[in-house]
Amino acid sequence: MITTDVLAPVVATVREIQQETQDTFTLTLETPEPFNFKPGQFNMLYIPGAGEAAVSISGDVTQPHELIHTIREVGNVTRGLVALKPGDQLGVRGPFGRPWPMDVVDGRDVLVIAGGIGLAPLRPAVLALSAKRAEIGRLTVIYGARSPEDMLYAREFLGWKDAFVARATVDTASPSWRGNMGVVTKLISPVDFDPTRVIAMICGPEIMMRFAIRSLSALGVEDDRIFLSMERNMKCAAGICGHCQYGNYFVCKDGPVFDYDQVRKLFGVKEV
Amino acid sequence: MMKHELHEILRQHDFFKDLPEDDLLVISGCAKMVMIKAGEVLAREGSDANNFYVVRMGKLRIEQQAPAMKPQPIQTIGCGDVAGWSWLFPPYRWSFDVIALEDSRLICLDGACLRGKCENNHSLGYRVVKKFADVLRQRLHAASLQAMDVYAPRED
Repeated sequence: MITTDVLAPVVATVREIQQETQDTFTLTLETPEPFNFKPGQFNMLYIPGAGEAAVSISGDVTQPHELIHTIREVGNVTRGLVALKPGDQLGVRGPFGRPWPMDVVDGRDVLVIAGGIGLAPLRPAVLALSAKRAEIGRLTVIYGARSPEDMLYAREFLGWKDAFVARATVDTASPSWRGNMGVVTKLISPVDFDPTRVIAMICGPEIMMRFAIRSLSALGVEDDRIFLSMERNMKCAAGICGHCQYGNYFVCKDGPVFDYDQVRKLFGVKEV
Repeated sequence: MMKHELHEILRQHDFFKDLPEDDLLVISGCAKMVMIKAGEVLAREGSDANNFYVVRMGKLRIEQQAPAMKPQPIQTIGCGDVAGWSWLFPPYRWSFDVIALEDSRLICLDGACLRGKCENNHSLGYRVVKKFADVLRQRLHAASLQAMDVYAPRED
Protein backbone atom coordinates (compact mmCIF):
# COMPACT_ATOMS: atom_id res chain seq x y z
CA MET A 1 0.00 0.00 0.00
CA ILE A 2 1.37 3.40 -0.88
CA THR A 3 -0.38 5.37 1.82
CA THR A 4 -1.23 4.72 5.44
CA ASP A 5 -4.39 6.82 5.25
CA VAL A 6 -7.06 4.94 3.32
CA LEU A 7 -9.07 8.10 2.80
CA ALA A 8 -6.24 10.19 1.35
CA PRO A 9 -5.53 9.73 -2.35
CA VAL A 10 -2.08 9.85 -3.89
CA VAL A 11 -1.58 11.64 -7.16
CA ALA A 12 -1.06 9.44 -10.20
CA THR A 13 -0.18 10.50 -13.73
CA VAL A 14 -1.74 9.06 -16.85
CA ARG A 15 0.89 7.42 -19.01
CA GLU A 16 -1.31 5.81 -21.65
CA ILE A 17 -4.93 5.33 -22.61
CA GLN A 18 -5.79 2.42 -24.84
CA GLN A 19 -9.22 1.87 -26.31
CA GLU A 20 -10.32 -1.72 -25.77
CA THR A 21 -13.85 -1.57 -27.17
CA GLN A 22 -16.29 1.13 -28.16
CA ASP A 23 -17.03 2.04 -24.52
CA THR A 24 -14.11 0.53 -22.62
CA PHE A 25 -10.61 1.89 -22.10
CA THR A 26 -7.48 0.73 -20.37
CA LEU A 27 -5.74 3.42 -18.36
CA THR A 28 -2.08 3.01 -17.47
CA LEU A 29 -0.98 5.19 -14.56
CA GLU A 30 2.33 6.03 -12.96
CA THR A 31 2.49 6.52 -9.20
CA PRO A 32 5.22 8.21 -7.18
CA GLU A 33 6.18 4.89 -5.62
CA PRO A 34 5.75 1.26 -6.76
CA PHE A 35 2.13 0.25 -6.32
CA ASN A 36 1.89 -3.25 -4.88
CA PHE A 37 -1.44 -5.04 -5.04
CA LYS A 38 -2.96 -8.51 -5.20
CA PRO A 39 -5.09 -9.92 -8.03
CA GLY A 40 -8.74 -9.04 -7.50
CA GLN A 41 -8.18 -5.86 -5.50
CA PHE A 42 -9.54 -2.48 -6.54
CA ASN A 43 -8.71 1.21 -6.28
CA MET A 44 -10.80 4.31 -5.86
CA LEU A 45 -10.01 6.65 -8.74
CA TYR A 46 -10.73 10.29 -8.06
CA ILE A 47 -11.30 13.12 -10.48
CA PRO A 48 -11.68 16.50 -8.77
CA GLY A 49 -15.10 17.91 -9.48
CA ALA A 50 -16.47 14.62 -10.77
CA GLY A 51 -16.00 12.29 -7.83
CA GLU A 52 -14.63 8.83 -7.15
CA ALA A 53 -15.28 5.45 -8.70
CA ALA A 54 -14.22 1.99 -7.59
CA VAL A 55 -12.26 0.34 -10.38
CA SER A 56 -10.64 -3.10 -10.33
CA ILE A 57 -6.92 -3.28 -10.92
CA SER A 58 -6.26 -5.06 -14.22
CA GLY A 59 -2.49 -5.06 -14.33
CA ASP A 60 0.30 -7.48 -13.61
CA VAL A 61 1.29 -7.82 -9.94
CA THR A 62 4.92 -8.20 -11.01
CA GLN A 63 4.86 -4.76 -12.64
CA PRO A 64 4.25 -2.40 -9.69
CA HIS A 65 5.55 0.58 -11.67
CA GLU A 66 2.52 0.62 -13.92
CA LEU A 67 -0.94 0.72 -12.47
CA ILE A 68 -3.52 -0.51 -14.94
CA HIS A 69 -7.29 -0.15 -14.85
CA THR A 70 -9.78 -1.14 -17.50
CA ILE A 71 -12.79 1.14 -17.34
CA ARG A 72 -16.16 1.08 -19.01
CA GLU A 73 -17.71 4.46 -19.64
CA VAL A 74 -21.05 4.25 -17.86
CA GLY A 75 -21.37 7.31 -15.60
CA ASN A 76 -20.02 10.75 -14.73
CA VAL A 77 -16.80 9.62 -13.07
CA THR A 78 -15.95 6.97 -15.64
CA ARG A 79 -16.74 9.44 -18.42
CA GLY A 80 -14.24 11.78 -16.77
CA LEU A 81 -11.67 8.98 -16.50
CA VAL A 82 -11.82 8.05 -20.16
CA ALA A 83 -11.52 11.71 -21.13
CA LEU A 84 -8.08 11.89 -19.47
CA LYS A 85 -5.01 12.33 -21.62
CA PRO A 86 -1.39 11.27 -21.12
CA GLY A 87 0.19 13.58 -18.56
CA ASP A 88 -3.11 14.33 -16.78
CA GLN A 89 -3.29 13.65 -13.07
CA LEU A 90 -5.89 11.99 -10.88
CA GLY A 91 -6.22 10.73 -7.33
CA VAL A 92 -5.83 7.07 -6.39
CA ARG A 93 -6.78 5.40 -3.12
CA GLY A 94 -6.04 1.77 -2.59
CA PRO A 95 -5.50 -1.06 -3.08
CA PHE A 96 -8.59 -2.32 -1.30
CA GLY A 97 -10.42 -5.54 -0.75
CA ARG A 98 -10.01 -9.26 -0.45
CA PRO A 99 -8.11 -10.69 -3.44
CA TRP A 100 -8.56 -13.86 -5.45
CA PRO A 101 -7.41 -16.90 -3.45
CA MET A 102 -3.99 -17.28 -5.04
CA ASP A 103 -2.74 -18.98 -1.87
CA VAL A 104 -4.87 -22.11 -2.39
CA VAL A 105 -4.25 -22.86 -6.09
CA ASP A 106 -1.00 -24.79 -5.85
CA GLY A 107 -1.41 -28.32 -7.16
CA ARG A 108 -4.99 -27.71 -8.27
CA ASP A 109 -6.75 -27.15 -11.56
CA VAL A 110 -7.99 -23.58 -11.87
CA LEU A 111 -11.04 -22.52 -13.85
CA VAL A 112 -11.52 -18.82 -14.55
CA ILE A 113 -14.94 -17.75 -15.81
CA ALA A 114 -15.40 -14.16 -16.92
CA GLY A 115 -18.33 -12.30 -18.39
CA GLY A 116 -18.14 -8.92 -20.11
CA ILE A 117 -16.15 -6.32 -18.16
CA GLY A 118 -15.67 -9.04 -15.50
CA LEU A 119 -12.51 -10.11 -17.29
CA ALA A 120 -10.80 -6.94 -16.03
CA PRO A 121 -10.56 -7.95 -12.34
CA LEU A 122 -9.63 -11.47 -13.39
CA ARG A 123 -6.78 -10.46 -15.70
CA PRO A 124 -4.23 -10.06 -12.84
CA ALA A 125 -5.18 -13.53 -11.61
CA VAL A 126 -4.83 -15.04 -15.09
CA LEU A 127 -1.41 -13.41 -15.51
CA ALA A 128 -0.28 -14.63 -12.08
CA LEU A 129 -1.63 -18.15 -12.68
CA SER A 130 -0.01 -18.26 -16.09
CA ALA A 131 3.31 -17.30 -14.50
CA LYS A 132 3.10 -20.18 -12.03
CA ARG A 133 1.90 -22.87 -14.40
CA ALA A 134 4.43 -25.34 -13.05
CA GLU A 135 2.91 -25.10 -9.58
CA ILE A 136 -0.74 -25.50 -10.50
CA GLY A 137 -2.73 -28.10 -12.42
CA ARG A 138 -4.62 -27.26 -15.59
CA LEU A 139 -5.53 -23.64 -16.21
CA THR A 140 -8.71 -22.89 -18.14
CA VAL A 141 -10.09 -19.46 -18.94
CA ILE A 142 -13.65 -19.11 -20.24
CA TYR A 143 -14.91 -15.74 -21.38
CA GLY A 144 -18.34 -14.58 -22.48
CA ALA A 145 -18.80 -11.23 -24.18
CA ARG A 146 -21.67 -9.31 -25.66
CA SER A 147 -20.24 -9.42 -29.20
CA PRO A 148 -16.84 -9.96 -30.86
CA GLU A 149 -16.37 -6.17 -30.83
CA ASP A 150 -16.93 -6.10 -27.06
CA MET A 151 -14.21 -8.60 -26.19
CA LEU A 152 -11.57 -7.19 -23.85
CA TYR A 153 -7.86 -7.83 -24.34
CA ALA A 154 -8.67 -9.54 -27.65
CA ARG A 155 -5.07 -9.81 -28.86
CA GLU A 156 -3.80 -10.96 -25.49
CA PHE A 157 -6.55 -13.58 -25.34
CA LEU A 158 -5.17 -15.13 -28.54
CA GLY A 159 -1.84 -15.54 -26.76
CA TRP A 160 -3.60 -17.17 -23.81
CA LYS A 161 -5.04 -19.74 -26.21
CA ASP A 162 -1.50 -20.78 -27.10
CA ALA A 163 -0.44 -21.07 -23.46
CA PHE A 164 -3.44 -22.80 -21.85
CA VAL A 165 -7.08 -23.60 -22.52
CA ALA A 166 -8.85 -20.31 -23.26
CA ARG A 167 -12.27 -20.20 -24.89
CA ALA A 168 -14.56 -17.34 -25.68
CA THR A 169 -18.15 -17.03 -26.75
CA VAL A 170 -20.40 -14.12 -27.64
CA ASP A 171 -24.12 -13.44 -27.31
CA THR A 172 -24.53 -11.81 -30.71
CA ALA A 173 -22.44 -11.65 -33.85
CA SER A 174 -22.60 -11.04 -37.55
CA PRO A 175 -22.51 -14.00 -39.93
CA SER A 176 -18.80 -13.36 -40.54
CA TRP A 177 -17.97 -14.41 -36.94
CA ARG A 178 -16.47 -17.91 -36.96
CA GLY A 179 -16.09 -18.29 -33.20
CA ASN A 180 -18.43 -19.61 -30.55
CA MET A 181 -21.83 -18.12 -29.96
CA GLY A 182 -24.04 -18.79 -26.97
CA VAL A 183 -23.96 -18.57 -23.20
CA VAL A 184 -20.67 -18.80 -21.37
CA THR A 185 -21.78 -21.78 -19.29
CA LYS A 186 -21.86 -23.84 -22.50
CA LEU A 187 -18.06 -23.69 -22.51
CA ILE A 188 -17.69 -25.27 -19.06
CA SER A 189 -16.45 -28.79 -19.63
CA PRO A 190 -15.32 -31.33 -17.02
CA VAL A 191 -12.73 -32.44 -19.58
CA ASP A 192 -10.74 -29.35 -18.57
CA PHE A 193 -10.59 -29.85 -14.81
CA ASP A 194 -11.08 -32.22 -11.93
CA PRO A 195 -14.37 -31.11 -10.31
CA THR A 196 -13.32 -32.58 -6.97
CA ARG A 197 -10.25 -30.36 -6.71
CA VAL A 198 -10.71 -27.39 -9.02
CA ILE A 199 -10.64 -23.79 -7.79
CA ALA A 200 -13.13 -21.68 -9.76
CA MET A 201 -12.88 -17.89 -10.00
CA ILE A 202 -15.87 -16.11 -11.50
CA CYS A 203 -16.59 -12.49 -12.28
CA GLY A 204 -19.37 -11.05 -14.39
CA PRO A 205 -23.00 -10.01 -14.15
CA GLU A 206 -24.65 -11.72 -11.19
CA ILE A 207 -27.07 -13.63 -13.34
CA MET A 208 -24.18 -15.04 -15.33
CA MET A 209 -22.36 -16.00 -12.14
CA ARG A 210 -25.53 -17.65 -10.83
CA PHE A 211 -25.78 -19.93 -13.85
CA ALA A 212 -22.05 -20.60 -13.86
CA ILE A 213 -22.31 -21.71 -10.22
CA ARG A 214 -25.27 -23.92 -11.11
CA SER A 215 -23.23 -25.61 -13.84
CA LEU A 216 -20.25 -26.09 -11.55
CA SER A 217 -22.41 -27.47 -8.74
CA ALA A 218 -23.97 -29.94 -11.18
CA LEU A 219 -20.46 -31.18 -11.95
CA GLY A 220 -19.69 -31.62 -8.24
CA VAL A 221 -17.63 -28.50 -7.54
CA GLU A 222 -18.13 -27.62 -3.87
CA ASP A 223 -19.27 -24.16 -2.83
CA ASP A 224 -16.13 -23.33 -0.87
CA ARG A 225 -13.99 -23.81 -3.99
CA ILE A 226 -16.06 -21.35 -6.03
CA PHE A 227 -14.93 -17.73 -5.67
CA LEU A 228 -16.86 -14.72 -6.92
CA SER A 229 -16.08 -11.06 -7.27
CA MET A 230 -19.14 -9.06 -6.25
CA GLU A 231 -19.93 -5.57 -7.38
CA ARG A 232 -21.78 -3.08 -5.22
CA ASN A 233 -21.86 0.69 -4.90
CA MET A 234 -18.53 1.27 -3.14
CA LYS A 235 -17.93 4.77 -1.81
CA CYS A 236 -15.50 4.90 1.11
CA ALA A 237 -13.73 1.59 0.35
CA ALA A 238 -12.91 1.30 4.04
CA GLY A 239 -16.00 -0.38 5.46
CA ILE A 240 -17.21 2.85 7.04
CA CYS A 241 -20.01 4.34 4.97
CA GLY A 242 -22.14 1.25 4.40
CA HIS A 243 -23.00 1.98 0.78
CA CYS A 244 -21.76 -1.42 -0.34
CA GLN A 245 -23.44 -3.42 2.40
CA TYR A 246 -24.26 -6.93 1.24
CA GLY A 247 -26.05 -8.81 3.98
CA ASN A 248 -23.59 -8.99 6.85
CA TYR A 249 -20.72 -7.91 4.67
CA PHE A 250 -19.26 -4.74 3.26
CA VAL A 251 -18.15 -5.61 -0.24
CA CYS A 252 -15.32 -3.07 -0.14
CA LYS A 253 -13.75 -4.56 2.97
CA ASP A 254 -14.95 -8.17 3.22
CA GLY A 255 -14.92 -8.63 -0.57
CA PRO A 256 -15.02 -7.99 -3.42
CA VAL A 257 -13.95 -11.63 -3.65
CA PHE A 258 -16.08 -14.04 -1.63
CA ASP A 259 -16.27 -17.78 -1.64
CA TYR A 260 -19.72 -18.95 -2.62
CA ASP A 261 -20.18 -20.65 0.71
CA GLN A 262 -20.16 -17.19 2.34
CA VAL A 263 -22.73 -15.56 0.09
CA ARG A 264 -24.90 -18.45 -1.08
CA LYS A 265 -27.91 -17.28 0.94
CA LEU A 266 -27.62 -13.73 -0.34
CA PHE A 267 -26.91 -14.62 -3.91
CA GLY A 268 -29.70 -13.74 -6.28
CA VAL A 269 -31.82 -12.10 -3.57
CA LYS A 270 -33.34 -9.11 -5.34
CA GLU A 271 -33.37 -6.82 -2.32
CA VAL A 272 -29.72 -7.31 -1.32
CA MET B 1 -19.61 -48.70 -40.98
CA MET B 2 -20.84 -51.77 -39.14
CA LYS B 3 -23.84 -51.48 -36.86
CA HIS B 4 -21.85 -52.53 -33.80
CA GLU B 5 -19.33 -49.76 -34.48
CA LEU B 6 -22.13 -47.21 -34.68
CA HIS B 7 -23.54 -48.64 -31.49
CA GLU B 8 -20.19 -48.12 -29.76
CA ILE B 9 -19.89 -44.56 -31.05
CA LEU B 10 -23.39 -43.74 -29.83
CA ARG B 11 -22.64 -45.26 -26.45
CA GLN B 12 -19.66 -42.93 -26.01
CA HIS B 13 -21.43 -39.83 -27.25
CA ASP B 14 -22.55 -37.34 -24.58
CA PHE B 15 -26.07 -37.17 -25.94
CA PHE B 16 -26.71 -40.93 -25.82
CA LYS B 17 -24.31 -42.25 -23.25
CA ASP B 18 -26.76 -42.74 -20.38
CA LEU B 19 -29.36 -44.59 -22.46
CA PRO B 20 -29.84 -48.35 -21.86
CA GLU B 21 -28.00 -50.71 -24.17
CA ASP B 22 -31.26 -51.90 -25.72
CA ASP B 23 -32.15 -48.35 -26.69
CA LEU B 24 -28.73 -47.78 -28.22
CA LEU B 25 -29.06 -50.93 -30.30
CA VAL B 26 -32.41 -49.78 -31.64
CA ILE B 27 -31.22 -46.22 -32.27
CA SER B 28 -28.05 -47.35 -34.04
CA GLY B 29 -30.32 -49.06 -36.59
CA CYS B 30 -31.42 -45.56 -37.66
CA ALA B 31 -27.95 -44.02 -37.63
CA LYS B 32 -25.20 -43.40 -40.13
CA MET B 33 -21.98 -41.42 -40.07
CA VAL B 34 -21.70 -38.29 -42.20
CA MET B 35 -19.02 -35.67 -42.80
CA ILE B 36 -19.70 -32.10 -43.79
CA LYS B 37 -17.29 -29.47 -45.04
CA ALA B 38 -17.01 -25.97 -43.57
CA GLY B 39 -19.52 -23.70 -45.24
CA GLU B 40 -21.91 -26.45 -46.27
CA VAL B 41 -25.56 -26.13 -45.32
CA LEU B 42 -26.89 -29.00 -43.27
CA ALA B 43 -30.48 -27.79 -43.05
CA ARG B 44 -32.65 -24.98 -44.33
CA GLU B 45 -35.57 -23.53 -42.40
CA GLY B 46 -38.83 -24.89 -43.78
CA SER B 47 -37.27 -27.88 -45.55
CA ASP B 48 -38.26 -31.42 -44.62
CA ALA B 49 -36.81 -32.42 -41.28
CA ASN B 50 -36.15 -36.04 -42.05
CA ASN B 51 -33.07 -36.28 -39.87
CA PHE B 52 -31.31 -34.94 -36.86
CA TYR B 53 -27.58 -34.85 -36.21
CA VAL B 54 -25.32 -35.32 -33.26
CA VAL B 55 -21.91 -33.74 -33.48
CA ARG B 56 -18.84 -35.90 -32.96
CA MET B 57 -16.31 -33.31 -34.07
CA GLY B 58 -16.42 -29.83 -35.51
CA LYS B 59 -18.69 -26.83 -35.15
CA LEU B 60 -22.12 -25.98 -36.54
CA ARG B 61 -24.02 -22.73 -36.40
CA ILE B 62 -27.77 -22.39 -36.00
CA GLU B 63 -29.12 -19.38 -37.86
CA GLN B 64 -32.43 -17.63 -38.33
CA GLN B 65 -33.34 -16.11 -41.68
CA ALA B 66 -35.46 -13.00 -42.02
CA PRO B 67 -36.51 -11.12 -45.15
CA ALA B 68 -34.25 -8.21 -46.10
CA MET B 69 -31.83 -9.06 -43.29
CA LYS B 70 -28.57 -10.91 -43.13
CA PRO B 71 -28.85 -14.38 -41.58
CA GLN B 72 -28.92 -13.98 -37.81
CA PRO B 73 -26.60 -16.42 -36.01
CA ILE B 74 -28.20 -17.74 -32.85
CA GLN B 75 -25.86 -20.29 -31.39
CA THR B 76 -22.93 -22.50 -32.24
CA ILE B 77 -22.92 -26.15 -31.29
CA GLY B 78 -20.07 -28.61 -31.13
CA CYS B 79 -18.93 -31.99 -29.92
CA GLY B 80 -21.61 -33.63 -27.79
CA ASP B 81 -24.42 -31.43 -29.04
CA VAL B 82 -27.43 -32.24 -31.18
CA ALA B 83 -28.86 -30.34 -34.16
CA GLY B 84 -32.52 -30.74 -34.99
CA TRP B 85 -35.70 -31.45 -33.07
CA SER B 86 -38.21 -30.80 -35.84
CA TRP B 87 -38.18 -34.47 -36.84
CA LEU B 88 -40.23 -35.08 -33.68
CA PHE B 89 -43.03 -32.62 -34.34
CA PRO B 90 -45.44 -32.40 -37.30
CA PRO B 91 -45.21 -31.10 -39.95
CA TYR B 92 -41.53 -32.16 -39.64
CA ARG B 93 -39.89 -29.07 -41.11
CA TRP B 94 -36.65 -27.47 -39.94
CA SER B 95 -37.15 -24.40 -37.73
CA PHE B 96 -33.70 -22.93 -38.42
CA ASP B 97 -30.82 -23.07 -40.84
CA VAL B 98 -27.82 -25.13 -39.77
CA ILE B 99 -24.43 -24.34 -41.34
CA ALA B 100 -21.06 -26.03 -40.79
CA LEU B 101 -18.47 -23.54 -39.51
CA GLU B 102 -15.76 -26.19 -39.56
CA ASP B 103 -15.28 -29.54 -41.24
CA SER B 104 -17.45 -31.70 -39.02
CA ARG B 105 -18.11 -35.36 -38.29
CA LEU B 106 -21.70 -36.08 -37.43
CA ILE B 107 -24.00 -38.97 -36.72
CA CYS B 108 -27.12 -38.62 -38.84
CA LEU B 109 -30.26 -40.15 -37.35
CA ASP B 110 -33.17 -40.98 -39.61
CA GLY B 111 -36.09 -39.20 -37.92
CA ALA B 112 -38.87 -41.23 -39.54
CA CYS B 113 -37.10 -44.47 -38.63
CA LEU B 114 -36.67 -43.42 -35.00
CA ARG B 115 -40.19 -42.01 -34.74
CA GLY B 116 -41.54 -45.37 -35.85
CA LYS B 117 -39.47 -47.20 -33.26
CA CYS B 118 -40.55 -44.77 -30.56
CA GLU B 119 -44.21 -45.29 -31.49
CA ASN B 120 -43.75 -49.04 -31.20
CA ASN B 121 -41.83 -48.81 -27.94
CA HIS B 122 -43.12 -46.02 -25.74
CA SER B 123 -40.45 -46.57 -23.08
CA LEU B 124 -37.82 -45.84 -25.71
CA GLY B 125 -39.95 -42.94 -26.96
CA TYR B 126 -40.21 -41.47 -23.47
CA ARG B 127 -36.45 -41.59 -22.97
CA VAL B 128 -35.78 -40.05 -26.39
CA VAL B 129 -38.34 -37.29 -25.85
CA LYS B 130 -36.82 -36.58 -22.42
CA LYS B 131 -33.44 -36.16 -24.12
CA PHE B 132 -34.87 -33.69 -26.58
CA ALA B 133 -36.86 -31.90 -23.91
CA ASP B 134 -33.57 -31.28 -22.13
CA VAL B 135 -32.02 -29.90 -25.34
CA LEU B 136 -35.04 -27.61 -25.76
CA ARG B 137 -34.80 -26.54 -22.11
CA GLN B 138 -31.14 -25.64 -22.49
CA ARG B 139 -31.66 -23.80 -25.78
CA LEU B 140 -34.59 -21.84 -24.36
CA HIS B 141 -32.57 -20.95 -21.32
CA ALA B 142 -29.59 -19.89 -23.43
CA ALA B 143 -31.77 -17.86 -25.78
CA SER B 144 -33.41 -16.03 -22.88
CA LEU B 145 -30.04 -15.16 -21.35
CA GLN B 146 -28.74 -13.95 -24.70
CA ALA B 147 -31.89 -11.86 -25.17
CA MET B 148 -31.39 -10.30 -21.71
CA ASP B 149 -28.14 -8.78 -22.97
CA VAL B 150 -26.53 -9.35 -19.58
CA TYR B 151 -23.18 -7.82 -20.56
CA ALA B 152 -24.70 -4.49 -21.59
CA PRO B 153 -23.38 -1.44 -19.72
CA ARG B 154 -25.28 -0.43 -16.59
CA GLU B 155 -25.23 3.19 -15.38
CA ASP B 156 -23.00 3.58 -12.31
